[in-house]
Amino acid sequence: MLVSLLSVALLVAGAVFFLAGTLGLLRFPDVYTRLHALTKADNLGLGLMVLGLMLQAESLAAAGKLLFIWLLLLAASATAGQLVASWAQGKGIAPWRG
Amino acid sequence: MAWLSLLPLAIDLVLALTLLWLAWRALTSPDLFRAVVLFIALGLVLGLVWVRLDAVDIALAEIALGAGVTGALLLAALAKLQPAESQTDEVAMMAPIALRLPIALLLIALLTGLGLVVWQLWVPAPGLSNLVDARLDEAGVAYPVTAVLLNFRGYDTLLELAVLLLALIGVWSLSTAPHLGDEEPEPALAALSRLLAPLMILVAAYLVWVGAYAPGGAFQAGSVLGAAGVLLRLSGWRLSLSATGWPLRLVLVLGVAVFAFIGLAVIGFGQPLLGYPQGWAKPAILTIELAATLSIGAILAALFIGGRP
Amino acid sequence: MNSVLVFALAGVGLIGLGLYGLLVQRHLLRKVLAFNVISSGIFLLLAGLARRAPGAEPDPVPQAMVLTGIVVAVAATALALAMMLALRSATGRTRLKDHGDED
Repeated sequence: MLVSLLSVALLVAGAVFFLAGTLGLLRFPDVYTRLHALTKADNLGLGLMVLGLMLQAESLAAAGKLLFIWLLLLAASATAGQLVASWAQGKGIAPWRG
Repeated sequence: MAWLSLLPLAIDLVLALTLLWLAWRALTSPDLFRAVVLFIALGLVLGLVWVRLDAVDIALAEIALGAGVTGALLLAALAKLQPAESQTDEVAMMAPIALRLPIALLLIALLTGLGLVVWQLWVPAPGLSNLVDARLDEAGVAYPVTAVLLNFRGYDTLLELAVLLLALIGVWSLSTAPHLGDEEPEPALAALSRLLAPLMILVAAYLVWVGAYAPGGAFQAGSVLGAAGVLLRLSGWRLSLSATGWPLRLVLVLGVAVFAFIGLAVIGFGQPLLGYPQGWAKPAILTIELAATLSIGAILAALFIGGRP
Repeated sequence: MNSVLVFALAGVGLIGLGLYGLLVQRHLLRKVLAFNVISSGIFLLLAGLARRAPGAEPDPVPQAMVLTGIVVAVAATALALAMMLALRSATGRTRLKDHGDED
């Protein structure tokens, strides 16, 4: 009971981070700040969700696979963020100074 | 809490509407790049829909192929178009309104009819599940989708591998492969592909093996291999010249060749074409799947590179 | 009203949007996109109709057909894009010739 309560709490917390990241993607002024919102908030949000799902996993192997998904996503989103940012810089897009 | 049972339906409705909205935006967006990106997003949402329909196999293939490889193909084609593509061209991107309106009305009428047919057909039908279940013991594999692909409907799969090969021959006959410059790839991308490529090969091998009793199999594994090839190509890796001759061609035709050979060889044992003898189904299917995985992966990567080496 | 019906009808909608795009858009890349949207719609409709019986496990035959269909659609897309690029390098155009066009 306590475990499933903790799991739900982690899932909800993860969803909140996703919501914040999406809000940032929609509302932030330029490509660099949007990347900041996406990569940071979504990575953490997915991490919390994976943790929440691991608590409900049927076996250690399933939990390990879930953790693995998160690690892969960290590598992929770090690379994608870097690629988008360096492309934008190459295009001469200046960072927003509000 | 009766409303809780409506929650899944609400989520599915949102997913379905997202699909339609993304498709509409992808097809009407004035900017081609935006259209392609929206199309990739459509593929990803479609992957979620397949999971909701309990079709994990299709979800795997949809994400790797429908969103991944197709997206890479479209973006690569767009990059080749871009230099000369004038932006003013977009003014005349659609047919004139006098033509669009009747087309739209006609299609709405047609689709309302189709929708009504679907609605009326909505009575539970047994389908072919029972038939497949009844013969699953003889199939050689315990997972029904793999049994259908490699055993019960082996013809379809053999011909489909041939279609893949024909598409590649078509692409090769249209152009030769572009020469890559010597420019250094993005270091972060190179690091990621060094990390991911071995992992993807491992995942492909796992998918072939697990396909005997759970979602997985040659198509999903081949898709993952093909995606690995696309990633390697993007990070500047290329096949050594000595391997682009007959070794590459051997891998490309391996799937069709092994499938056709086994399918014909069983005739010598008194079986019909593609009918595996009693007890030999499992090794035959596994051999075909291994060969098909290699070929599907190689063909998909070659389709992305485009042009004869 | 159940979820599978919702997705089958969404499949019908995708077929419609794709057909509209295929007929109305003139750029060949957009026609390729539209063609892919149509095939996605057909796959959804096919798999949806195969799951009419509630609760039962999904029918493996349509699943296998859709799986092969997705792979064939990718191959067809690659060939279509290669043909578009060949047309572009031969004529400089990225659309098919209309009756009114002078060349």
